Amino acid sequence: MPRLTLNGLTKAYGKLTVVDRVDLTLEEGEFVSLLGPSGCGKTTTLRMIAGFVDPTAGSISVDGQVLSAPGAVVPPERRGMSMIFQSYAIWPNMTVEENVAFGLKLRKLSSAEVKQRVGEILEVVQLNALAHRYPAELSGGQQQRVALARAIVVKPSVLLLDEPLSNLDANLREEMRFEIRRLHDEFRITTVYVTHDQGEAMATSDRIAVMNAGRIEQVDAPHLLYTRPRTRFVAGFVGRTNLLEARVEGGEILLGGVSLGSAARAGAADGTAGDVLVSLRPQAMSVLTTAPVQDDALVLPATVRERTYLGEAWDYVVELGSNGLRLRAAAPPLEAHEIGTSVWLRIDPRQVAVVA
Amino acid sequence: MSATTLPGAARPSRLRLFEPITLLWVVLIAALLVLVAAPLLKMFVISFEMQDTGEFTFQNYLTAYGRDRYLQAVKNSLMLGALSAAISVVIAVPMAWAVSRTDMPGKGFTWAIVLAAFIMPPYLGAIGWILLAGPNAGWINVVWRGLTGATDPLVNIYTFFGMAFVIALHSFPLVFIFVKSALDLISSEMEDAANILGGGTWVTMRKVTLPLVWPSILGGFILIFLETIALFGTPAIIGIPARINVVTTQLWQFFEDPVRVEVASAFAMPLLLITIGLIGVQKLLLSRKGYVSQTGKGGERREVKLGPWRWVLFGWCLLVALLSVVKPLMVLLQASFAKAWGRGFSLDNLTLRNYEFLLFQHDMAPNAVWNTVWFSAASATIAVVLALLVAYIVVRRLMRFADALAFLAMAPFVIPGIVMAIGFYAAYAGPPLSLYGSALLIILAFAARFLPIAYASSQAAIRAVHPEMEEAARILGSGRLHAIRKVTAPLLKTSLLGGWLVVFIVASRELSAAIFLVGPRTRTMSVLLYDLTEQGNFEVVSAFGGILLVITMVIVGIGMKLVGRDFMLRRGE
Repeated sequence: MPRLTLNGLTKAYGKLTVVDRVDLTLEEGEFVSLLGPSGCGKTTTLRMIAGFVDPTAGSISVDGQVLSAPGAVVPPERRGMSMIFQSYAIWPNMTVEENVAFGLKLRKLSSAEVKQRVGEILEVVQLNALAHRYPAELSGGQQQRVALARAIVVKPSVLLLDEPLSNLDANLREEMRFEIRRLHDEFRITTVYVTHDQGEAMATSDRIAVMNAGRIEQVDAPHLLYTRPRTRFVAGFVGRTNLLEARVEGGEILLGGVSLGSAARAGAADGTAGDVLVSLRPQAMSVLTTAPVQDDALVLPATVRERTYLGEAWDYVVELGSNGLRLRAAAPPLEAHEIGTSVWLRIDPRQVAVVA
Repeated sequence: MSATTLPGAARPSRLRLFEPITLLWVVLIAALLVLVAAPLLKMFVISFEMQDTGEFTFQNYLTAYGRDRYLQAVKNSLMLGALSAAISVVIAVPMAWAVSRTDMPGKGFTWAIVLAAFIMPPYLGAIGWILLAGPNAGWINVVWRGLTGATDPLVNIYTFFGMAFVIALHSFPLVFIFVKSALDLISSEMEDAANILGGGTWVTMRKVTLPLVWPSILGGFILIFLETIALFGTPAIIGIPARINVVTTQLWQFFEDPVRVEVASAFAMPLLLITIGLIGVQKLLLSRKGYVSQTGKGGERREVKLGPWRWVLFGWCLLVALLSVVKPLMVLLQASFAKAWGRGFSLDNLTLRNYEFLLFQHDMAPNAVWNTVWFSAASATIAVVLALLVAYIVVRRLMRFADALAFLAMAPFVIPGIVMAIGFYAAYAGPPLSLYGSALLIILAFAARFLPIAYASSQAAIRAVHPEMEEAARILGSGRLHAIRKVTAPLLKTSLLGGWLVVFIVASRELSAAIFLVGPRTRTMSVLLYDLTEQGNFEVVSAFGGILLVITMVIVGIGMKLVGRDFMLRRGE
């Protein structure tokens, strides 16, 4: 039985539907991110799971027991979950230790056990030296660790995280990503993680659910989301891409009338035919001065039109000689081409994905 | 890993309809209707009723506005309000500018004076000024005659201007707070921009700085105008002997036997309407976009260097201190320890008898002290609890029509205290409740009158606590009430205490509402003080005023220690 099930979950405020028939299932121990732009409904979904918001339609169940349905909602305090908030919500009137022990005391554990478990978790998040400090005396990263410890120590049925890293500076954010993943690997708590940052979602999650305008567009493992986006929105939101009109005929993708060959077939779902949109990542192309030896890649003549040096790579805009189509292509830092030079564009057909 | 179970986790879901919060909302609405809406409504209705039969009539309005004397009272009130407000602006604006923008010395001293003038009950100031500037025995006139040999007095407090001046001496702190907080938000770069284009300090102040705070000056002016037309103490103490009749003293006369509460209600209507209208204007003024509303963000603030002029400004502050606080307090103190105040400062004139008389022999004074303390404490508690619950529901948007609650809680802000008192009298003094003269009636009236103060501070306090603080407690297993007790309440403690103390202080000196509602056994210090003034024994009056000031100062001291130095003078209260 799955740990957490969202079934047709919907939230509307008057005529405005902010979460629209969301279905999602998490197995025990799974880490799933809700990824999307602001206003896509991801935080509302999370707050419905927590019980702070009542659904308009649909249901939420944990271990088969319905916790939320229209008109019948188990309040947050009886869900056995825990949550990490955007503001951390560390109580400034309690010490680190008191903050972490709060949930355990409510579970009527003996004071010896509370003490032991608080000690253990503070060890895990490397805060045992600061147990008696007040939150105002801690740095942002340390407060974040207190929030993590406080949420994990109760061994929740589901752990919810609401943009937990958005208030940290860039370096710390990177570090905390791995910290969160490490804690997940250690405790295997079923986790729902809300973020608008795809890097965070990729680094932490088993699966990512991309949300847009209240709906889930696609749920997949991070690498599949990148290489096989299924909708135009996902292709555009996760990483950068070129969206091109193409045709599928007899299982083959034709780009500008040229077949991408058999290697591209995996990009088209079975039974697709007719006019489609394909996603071609800048990384799926190479910009070359001399025509490469024929392999199963597609090679097209092109002209460099724009270029931007990004440090990690060159970002080129090239114009295809055949039809004037402009594409964005990435190249390693040492492969410099002047604007206006003729080049060869090599497209790796395995990285072409049909999105619509 | 298995989840640790919570007690009661297996209980079935319940319907949202029966949230206890719904019940609370109903209770709060009921409380606010009783405290705010019912008295006003009753007063409005009664103003159209015949005294005994309750028939519909316009007669009360004809009576109330049918005599020249009554119309003159309305005119006097409006003029007094305007004059007091104007004097307050003249006093306060230079002080506010000096403290906020310049290198004037003695800023801490100026703050202390403003606070002292604010804390001192206005009627005590009035009594002090009777001792200072009474036409015959007043100190200033005695000294003047002694120096010049003149027979006419130099100053006379029993005049229209004298009354306005004394009122202004205790109202100016409001303008000061308004203008200073506006000035605090203007970055020095605004002034720099004028300087670089060739404007000197004075030109810049006149053309740039002052215009930027005009809305605040006007806002303060309006507020003082309104406070003055609703003021009872000073007009009664100075105006009645001087035969200057104003609306509030006239209302008081309608309450003398036979009590004509219907006529009083009709006569109070313009006071109410003017107040509502002008508060509206004031809100509009202060919310005008593009003015002062820019935050001080990014702007560096430097003090304007005044050179020798800074001593002129300091002299001004010193003069205000002398007139508003130091001299009135000095003569009050002298009188309270004197056998006869006119005999001046000499050892054989010293006595403790006045205090002794009040505390041990007077049949009502000790009782009045006790009444004041516990009425103030009870009404402050009611106001803060009610305000806190309403603010919680409103700020956290727990209910659909929460804004209606907020509206009712803030409504007394636009109701003059004296009008509120007449409303309470009309609604609850007579049958069926017959609460006239009861402690309950006075406490409820005080609680209603100062509810907006409590509400404003509660709302600000709750806004400052992120809702996630509570949600974090709830998701870990605590119910809403437990979360409030463990997390929200401790975080609100200090600001709530501040709100409670402010309400206590203003309630402990409240006169205009109390005087209409007290009975023989429920006299407060303010009312008794007024009674003693009428008897003319200024030594005893002064001693009683001293006791009131000591109580106030103790409470203010506690507040400063526990809540912070400026807890009385925060903008927005």
